[in-house]
Amino acid sequence: MRLRRFTYLNTSLLLLWAGFVYAQAESQTQDEVNSCISCHLEVGDELADPVEGMKEDVHTRQGLSCADCHGGDPKAGLDGDMEASMDPGKGYIGIPKRTDIPQFCGRCHSNPNYMRRFNPRVATDQLDRYRTSVHGQRLAKGDTKVATCIDCHGVHGVRGAKDSRSSVYPLNIPETCGKCHADAEHMEGYNIPTDQSEKYKTSVHGIALLEKGDQAAPACNDCHGNHGASPPGAPSVAFICGQCHLNNSELFLKSPHRVAFDEMGLPECETCHGNHGIQHPSDQMLSTGDSGVCIECHEEDSKGYITAVAMHQQIISLENSIQLADSVVSKAERAGMQVSESKFQLHDADDALIKSRTMVHSLSVTKIQEVSKTGLDLAEGALQAGYAALDEVQFRRKGLSISLIFILFLAFGVYLKIREVDQKHPPK
Amino acid sequence: MKKNNASDESRGQRMMAWVSERYDLSAIEYLIKKKEVPIHKHSIWYYFGGITLFFFMVQVGTGILLLLYYRPTAEAAFESVQFIMTEVRFGWLIRSVHSWAANLMVFAAFIHLFSVFFMKSYRRPRELTWVSGVFLLLLAMGFGFSGYLLPWNELAFFATKVGTEIVAVVPVIGGFLLKFLRGGEDVTGATLTRFFGFHVAVLPMITTLLLTFHLWVIQKQGMSTPPSIERKQQKPKSMPFVPNFLLRDLLGWILALGALAAIAAIFPWELGVKADPFAPAPAGIRPEWFFVFMFQTLKVIPAKVLFMDGEVLGVLGFGLAGLALILVPFLDKKAALGQKGKLFTIAGIVALLFIIIMTLISYTMPQNF
Repeated sequence: MRLRRFTYLNTSLLLLWAGFVYAQAESQTQDEVNSCISCHLEVGDELADPVEGMKEDVHTRQGLSCADCHGGDPKAGLDGDMEASMDPGKGYIGIPKRTDIPQFCGRCHSNPNYMRRFNPRVATDQLDRYRTSVHGQRLAKGDTKVATCIDCHGVHGVRGAKDSRSSVYPLNIPETCGKCHADAEHMEGYNIPTDQSEKYKTSVHGIALLEKGDQAAPACNDCHGNHGASPPGAPSVAFICGQCHLNNSELFLKSPHRVAFDEMGLPECETCHGNHGIQHPSDQMLSTGDSGVCIECHEEDSKGYITAVAMHQQIISLENSIQLADSVVSKAERAGMQVSESKFQLHDADDALIKSRTMVHSLSVTKIQEVSKTGLDLAEGALQAGYAALDEVQFRRKGLSISLIFILFLAFGVYLKIREVDQKHPPK
Repeated sequence: MKKNNASDESRGQRMMAWVSERYDLSAIEYLIKKKEVPIHKHSIWYYFGGITLFFFMVQVGTGILLLLYYRPTAEAAFESVQFIMTEVRFGWLIRSVHSWAANLMVFAAFIHLFSVFFMKSYRRPRELTWVSGVFLLLLAMGFGFSGYLLPWNELAFFATKVGTEIVAVVPVIGGFLLKFLRGGEDVTGATLTRFFGFHVAVLPMITTLLLTFHLWVIQKQGMSTPPSIERKQQKPKSMPFVPNFLLRDLLGWILALGALAAIAAIFPWELGVKADPFAPAPAGIRPEWFFVFMFQTLKVIPAKVLFMDGEVLGVLGFGLAGLALILVPFLDKKAALGQKGKLFTIAGIVALLFIIIMTLISYTMPQNF
């Protein structure tokens, strides 16, 4: 028995020791093979920063080493000869020039065969797209102030775009782009505004993304493209907005505004809705009041002006009908009535209202009338059902009152009978 | 007019004679002529048994009417109740009355139980009246539990899920009980169909038998006089059961009907939203109010008490309390001998306070079950 216990103890200690030795050997092997790490850590200060940064880098996680990007032979420096590992003859590149960075990263990222090893679905057209972008075109002309890969993605500490700590994670993109584009000093000479970032934060898109965390809302790259450039330079802004606002875009492209805007050189969607500071559209945009946008171009009594007034009336009429029906149905609901059917109708009427608003982009009063009529009919149905429910409430109240009078009358009759019976058969 | 009354009377007498000729009605005749109800300062509590019975009859009537339209499947249950409430003439009233009367019945049954307990009416020779009464209360709670799920709305679905989960902690047979109640591992359409079966067939059948027994022994043995009254006066005053007490009972029923109609019409029972088994449990799920004190107790018991799982301890505790409640007539020896004894009265007060406090805590401190 004792011998068996002794054997168990020995085996356990042996396994523990073996594990310890293996862990040590593993870490030693990595340092020994990669002299870049050992030397850079030894020298310290800013030369040690890349080593520290690489601990969390997506490339390290995929098993890449310093030499995979910078070239050279880390093994050659194991005996302390740094120059041997950084020998250009062994492919050492060192720090690439700023103008060479896209090509530097593109060596791997543009190679589908190589990239397939890490992720079969990864895109490999970043470099080609970058070259078509304003950033890429300016860099090719020697402008080193423009963004290259590392300005957006970082260097020695690059994280995947799905990592919430990444500079290119959707919620962090406005901040990343704003590093340059909101810096007036940096942007000097480019003749473009530097308030996009601030405007975006107050826009309907910015609030949805940054405050509500809704990642379906667009960040800078969703309209301007990631590596390539869309506007400026895309054939139509509606194409860009239409990526999300498909129906509005299609209706606009078939509308008379498309031709007119193109002839006048106006930037389509942006003319009415604005760009970076875009706000939630309101029905008042169609009105002839201060918030109206149609009247900015269309003079009073002109065809466009009359169309705008007619569209506005249609939308407002449907909106008011829904509001009235909703208030009546809600009142009936508060009174305890079952109004789920009417609520479904109102829900469908709301859908019709949204469709009518979308149909505004066609500029066709007839089409808006067609869609809004469905909504008006539904709202009217819900309204009548709401009134009927309120009538039913009154009926129930009256019915209850009459029943209670009858019940009390009956109770009183029984009470009189009890008195009579008590007199006839008194308690013993 | 007099002539008419006379002819009615003779017609009634002729009918009675016709029936008596064929069947022995002497027991009923004795009941009508001889049964007396004691009159004392606690007589008011005698009416709660009758009121409970009245609400039960309302339940049977409205339940049968609901059965005409209700469909017990997960796909159609909610819609059928919605149909009853919106399309069927006076369907809203029938459903509302059924739901309210169910709660009022359990409430009246609790009052009846505690009044009988404090008046020590369970004493010899009425032990079995008490035992059958406790079982009837448990059956009423079973009606409440099974009926709660039938509209297949969100709150009922999750409350049933939590409620049936508790059964699983019963040692040895917990797992079997859970599957038996749910008709599977989870609360599904099979649970609904099963609960419907319990609610409209199994429970009514058992209740009818037990209720008949309960009423029969009450009529046979008459009402009990509390020991405190017995000690003060040799024989308290009494009134004939028919018609004096019966008319008073009738008055109570009529008033209960008025209250029920008013509550059902002014506060119609809500339907809520249809149950979605894949949706997360919404906030504020609660079982029926008469189960709340037990749920609250299980929540406050620590996860581990000595070597036992807290929840298992709670369930076993309630099981033992239920058993003790059934056996009260046999445990209270002093009452059986007509002697003074405060132990059971104090235990009853403690139990009542416990139920009230636990229920109040649960309702005043919002929490998810």
